[in-house]
Amino acid sequence: MEGGDTTMAKLILSLEGSVIREIPLDKERITIGRRPQNDIQIENLAVSGEHACIVTILNDSFLEDLGSTNGTLVNGNPIKKHILQNNDVVEIGKYKMKYVVEAAAAGQAAQDDFERTMVMKSSPGKPTAPKPAAAPTSPPTNAPRPSAAAPLTSPSKPAAPLTSPPRPAAPAAAAQKPAAAEAQPLAALQLLTGPNAGKEIDLVKNLTTLGKPGVQVAVITRRPQGYFITHVEGAVFPVLNGKAIDAQARQLNDHDVIELAGVKMEFFLKR
Amino acid sequence: MINLSSVLEVAIATHPGMVRSHNEDSIAADAEIGLAVLADGMGGYNAGEVASGIAVELIRTEMKKSLSNKNPEEINGQDAERLIETHATRANTAIYQASQSQPQYSGMGTTLVVALWHDNQISVGHIGDSRLYRLRGGALEQITRDHSLLQEQIDSGMITKEQARHSQNKNLVTRAVGIDPEVETEIHTYSVQPGDVYLLCSDGLSDMVTDEDVQLTLSSLAANLPLAAEQLVQLANDNGGRDNVSVILVRIAKDYPARAGMLDKVKAWFKWKAGIPPWRS
Repeated sequence: MEGGDTTMAKLILSLEGSVIREIPLDKERITIGRRPQNDIQIENLAVSGEHACIVTILNDSFLEDLGSTNGTLVNGNPIKKHILQNNDVVEIGKYKMKYVVEAAAAGQAAQDDFERTMVMKSSPGKPTAPKPAAAPTSPPTNAPRPSAAAPLTSPSKPAAPLTSPPRPAAPAAAAQKPAAAEAQPLAALQLLTGPNAGKEIDLVKNLTTLGKPGVQVAVITRRPQGYFITHVEGAVFPVLNGKAIDAQARQLNDHDVIELAGVKMEFFLKR
Repeated sequence: MINLSSVLEVAIATHPGMVRSHNEDSIAADAEIGLAVLADGMGGYNAGEVASGIAVELIRTEMKKSLSNKNPEEINGQDAERLIETHATRANTAIYQASQSQPQYSGMGTTLVVALWHDNQISVGHIGDSRLYRLRGGALEQITRDHSLLQEQIDSGMITKEQARHSQNKNLVTRAVGIDPEVETEIHTYSVQPGDVYLLCSDGLSDMVTDEDVQLTLSSLAANLPLAAEQLVQLANDNGGRDNVSVILVRIAKDYPARAGMLDKVKAWFKWKAGIPPWRS
């Protein structure tokens, strides 16, 4: 509930590489189309009368295609509805709009606050402003400001200089990024004894269990630092290179030999 | 006397994560009375951990008082729900009053998830975005639904669950303990099966670790619950650990019907059938 600085998002509209203008996303709903009542009017036949709209709720801006004839692209892919991410490029006809988020205050502190859990008053279905609970939170700027209504008839105007460089990618959804472990080289186990001797088991998951449930089980975890073996259950602990391990996780090195539930196997890195 | 410690296996783990300097989560579990409580505090300085600490400690001690002199058959789903409701309300009042009376605690609050196991059932109450999951037959299911802006957007069809992963509004809860004089606790009761594994967690886990990895960890490591709890925390931290991460795991080792009650009823019925009305036995 610490004061999360409200971020301000904007679109940088350009045609064939030259910037036409910046459009702050300071209204809850901003429409894009060829007709004059749109907030962003683009007089071009490739653009539908009501082409797309952007709904902004606190820190998220949702781009939605309103059933346009020629479609709306984000980073080259057609979309129907999309949550804009920092530096996304929206294409409507020949026009490009870059979505840029600027934190009101830059730096790690702001970013940290930004991620802190905050409470907001709920009104069923229709979210409103966050509750300024602990520190005063600047309210989201959804008061309509006069802006973005001038038609773009002559798009060849000189480019307005960018006031500030785009901020590096926002601290976006962490869970979407696959585990850092993917940077790990692929590793596998080769069974050396037992009925399946010679068989290879690729360690493709973050967690691979080995052994016989109820008798002896160990787990190999794949982590950013490497691969680790840990005892899970059973009176007997796994043997690593001839020595029984204890309850602690042990890092595996290339060509380590593991003995578990009567089966020997070799751990190796695949290159 | 209620004593579920032979049927409930419990493991807990909590960690400040890789970014935060202190831990604002609080957790407690008591297998004997079948209770697990987890709270994720919010507020400046140390107020967040004060709020979550009050909630967890108050609910743990009050539940113990309410339950330890009761027999298992005296607690049904309604009783359990009433207990959760009562103690969550008390926690809300305590936190709200503290925040009103002491300026350094002004505006503090906390999420809450409380689970109470009784008579082959679980009653769960929650406020905010701390969650209860259940692993049954290898499948992971989220039992609670967050009180958050994101969940409201998903419910209204505005965004899909997949799109929600890209949202920047993850941190906005629509309900919390201790913010207002009153709070509504969402409470439900479900039946329990032996072998079920229950996971209570703060958003530091659910935001950092995919459901697939949680499912894989719980199903692979159910035989060693403390290791499973440690592994979940480690996964969150390996993925960046942007928030405090807390987990409580509870595995149902076997059935736990309110035995005496059932048996007595059955006995009484047989006696009646045999010609002895219950009021004469």
